[in-house]
Amino acid sequence: MKAIATTKRIPVESVTIDSNFLELGIDSMDAVEILFALENEFDINIPDEEVRSVRGIRQMCEGVERLVLAKSAGAKVPE
Amino acid sequence: MRRIAITGMGAISALGKNVAEFAQALAEGRPGIGPIESADVSQIRFQNGAEVKGYTHAPYFDDRRADFIDRFAQFAVIAAREAIADAGIEWTPDLRESAAIVTGSCVGGQSTEDIGFHEVYKLGHNRVHPLTIPKTMANAGASHISMEFGITGPSFTLSTACSSAAHAIGQAFWMVRSGATGLAIAGGSEAPFSFGILKAWEAMRVVSPDTCRPFSKDRHGMILGEGGAMLVLEPLEAARARGARIHAEIVGFGMSADAGHITQPSAEGAARAMRAALRDAHLAPEAIGYINAHGTGTPANDPTETAAIRAVFGAQPGRLAISSTKSMHGHALGASAALECLATALALRDGLLPPTANYREPDPQCDLDVIPNVARAARVEYALSNSFAFGGLNAVLALRAA
Repeated sequence: MKAIATTKRIPVESVTIDSNFLELGIDSMDAVEILFALENEFDINIPDEEVRSVRGIRQMCEGVERLVLAKSAGAKVPE
Repeated sequence: MRRIAITGMGAISALGKNVAEFAQALAEGRPGIGPIESADVSQIRFQNGAEVKGYTHAPYFDDRRADFIDRFAQFAVIAAREAIADAGIEWTPDLRESAAIVTGSCVGGQSTEDIGFHEVYKLGHNRVHPLTIPKTMANAGASHISMEFGITGPSFTLSTACSSAAHAIGQAFWMVRSGATGLAIAGGSEAPFSFGILKAWEAMRVVSPDTCRPFSKDRHGMILGEGGAMLVLEPLEAARARGARIHAEIVGFGMSADAGHITQPSAEGAARAMRAALRDAHLAPEAIGYINAHGTGTPANDPTETAAIRAVFGAQPGRLAISSTKSMHGHALGASAALECLATALALRDGLLPPTANYREPDPQCDLDVIPNVARAARVEYALSNSFAFGGLNAVLALRAA
């Protein structure tokens, strides 16, 4: 959520777990910037295929969590 | 108003090292897309590009001269040599003094810059090569053409991302039409395969993991390309008088700005550029038989371009055929529009419309006649070549069969 608030330069309080990207006004260029911020923050690789169906914050957090767990488990993150 | 002829054409691209090879590949619908060889892509998410296969400077430049010219500017000079030879220009002191050169390039000599920055940032060296600046500057292509041929007239370079070469050819066209110059060499060149640039494109998530499938439902983005294409433009009457071969005419040029989003395309902006080109050419939409589309193969461009074409040409644009040759020569950024203007001129000259290659599945959002996979024999009198750049700066050229 910090990643989104920083990228969009909006107050972090305005981003909640139930927010979706549409209501936050996040367009495709914002989205790739957020992905970039998440990849840096959590030291993960987020493949394009994982991204397409993600529409909201909860789904995004779950996805990031899955990739972080996969990384700490030493499993290879699918490219 | 003066009519303007294309009397010379030159190209080096993923489809071959001259115009004949380029035309042959388009006729066969054969893409020049394959694994990237000129840069290390082991740490890049995509692996394929449209490179000039096995390119070395050796057949074109001696080693010392090549030291001064980045790959992108080498492509500009190689294409200009072919175009000038093709036009059969006989240089006189007056002609050298009045001829114009207008080139387009999006990123200039970035592979040179990449090497320099790698030296200081990564290797910790305290100096970069002294030719880094003159090799990197985007106008190097125009400069080296002027030096090689001793052309001392108005020469400059435009940089409008993926529209660069269309803006360049359009300006040159207007300069010849207005009488500001009697002859112009115009086009674009690009060589974007360096690690740093590829990383930047990777981050935008618009490059396809396999190939470029414009207007196809299963498209996954663009494929980067490289190369150069140059045209020789002169007044039709003068060209006829000296018995030059006339490949096609340029009859109109239109520009617009979306004033919208820095990367998302706008159907309205694209439509305004097409209308402006038609207006400049004094043509009704019905006159156009073929459009060489911007057709990047990204999810965003193709439906937007389809909507723009429908807005200009009507809901049922009847016998209007459209194709994206980026499916074969890739998206060569600042050189793209020159390759596509060339493809359009060849289509008019040879009566063979190039296909959209790699096409697999109709997309209801891109329901135009896109000439899937196989070139089509058709005599068309007027055609458009569309270019819609990142940044929303659009440029459209209108051509007529000779």
